[in-house]
Amino acid sequence: MNSILEVKNLTVSFDGIPVIDGLSFDLERGETLSIIGPNGSGKTVFLRALLKSIPFRGTIAWAPDVRIGYVPQKIEADKHLPLTFNNLLFAKADVLKLDRADISKTTEAVGLSKETLETPVGHLSGGQFQKGLVAFALLGKPNVLLLDEPTASIDLPQEEQIYELIHRLQDMYGLTVILVSHDLSFVYRYATKVLCLNRQNMCFGTPESVMNAETLKKLFGSTFKYYHHIHGQHKDSN
Amino acid sequence: MNEIYSITLALSTAVAAGLVGSFALMKRMSLAGDTISHIALPGIGIAIATHVNPLFGAGVALLIGTLFIWRLQESRSMTADAAIGVVFTAAIAVGVLLTTKEELIEALFGGFEGMTLQSFGFGLAAVLAIIGFIFKFRNQLIVATFSPELAEANGLSVNRLNLYYLLAFSLTILLGLRFLGAILVGALIIVPAAIGRQLTHTLGVFLTASCIASVLSVALGFLISFQFGTEVGPTIVATSAALFGLSLFKKKD
Repeated sequence: MNSILEVKNLTVSFDGIPVIDGLSFDLERGETLSIIGPNGSGKTVFLRALLKSIPFRGTIAWAPDVRIGYVPQKIEADKHLPLTFNNLLFAKADVLKLDRADISKTTEAVGLSKETLETPVGHLSGGQFQKGLVAFALLGKPNVLLLDEPTASIDLPQEEQIYELIHRLQDMYGLTVILVSHDLSFVYRYATKVLCLNRQNMCFGTPESVMNAETLKKLFGSTFKYYHHIHGQHKDSN
Repeated sequence: MNEIYSITLALSTAVAAGLVGSFALMKRMSLAGDTISHIALPGIGIAIATHVNPLFGAGVALLIGTLFIWRLQESRSMTADAAIGVVFTAAIAVGVLLTTKEELIEALFGGFEGMTLQSFGFGLAAVLAIIGFIFKFRNQLIVATFSPELAEANGLSVNRLNLYYLLAFSLTILLGLRFLGAILVGALIIVPAAIGRQLTHTLGVFLTASCIASVLSVALGFLISFQFGTEVGPTIVATSAALFGLSLFKKKD
């Protein structure tokens, strides 16, 4: 086995009420785990537990060589902050004592222009900002990337770009990707494993085994519209 | 000569205040200067009543206030706002009751007097400690200001960093108390930073501009005060406010 992450009996509670209850699964190196579930089902909570920044019961065992890069869902950055991603990347490089040369390698890999790097963060478009966050996470050569709804605040064409970027970086650096996503088309296209969270109804497996009408209905409720198109094939096509 | 010490220390304090204030503005802590400084007042009152150096009393009170604010920030509870409101207005009330009438105006609004070489030495060491802290921790502060969550994810202890920052903040307040008083000292932290922010989008320029605006406010304030015989503290604050007014004319791109 080449597990990079083993989760056993993970329980996270708030005020005594379990949000995640007895979750267990393993993840292999280089996999893409997509976490789906309705709002308030504990997806962000789960990522925070993986980062060990909130208390939990059970075990979360990362492989010893793991370095995590994290892209949070929402940064409450003040629109008027006089900070650029250049400032932030230099700051992170200094804090983690990284080589300055790593900064330009990372920004090139992510495809951030000099102009974007020198624009105050509050003035960037949603897509540019998100790319900046990905670069920030990627600086320091992580082998695991955790992303919390990386496309929540951006529009469709840019959303596509971000997913393609993540996929490209994954190939480039052999990353293991754990990603919360509302976008089921991403799940079908790139995910190798799917974890669904909804309090009592948890499931884990390959997209093919997990993503069927019944589980999705259970997960999101009966009003959920279901389109099945694994790897571009439509179920209702010829 | 004693006056020269006093003025020099005030000007160096202005540099520290420019730096600390820039981060306060970015961290949306603009009003913390006012709330924290108010708690110095009962300390000053008790110190005067017990014939101790008022600045020592203020220092102890500020330290307690800093730890209190820090704990409240950490707990992130909904009642933090209310608690700050209650404790610091109460501090003013108790402080006014404890301070004798003759000392009250100076404790509230500051004043100007010469100082010994020894006090000057202590003051200058404190200023250098604050500037040194900001310089050494600037990158940690930048990441934590942008996103505490990201800072934690990269192994920084945001809580500890906040404590250090609040201590630097309170030390700046303590240094400013001598000439600005408990009511006005908050302005030294925030107005120069607001001027700096008005002038630029760039971090480096922002920090420099805040420091220059701070030193300029104090220097001009002293000059005007000596020239026209006005009170030093209010003159400095009014000067900085006037500079802020001027900075509004700068059109940002």
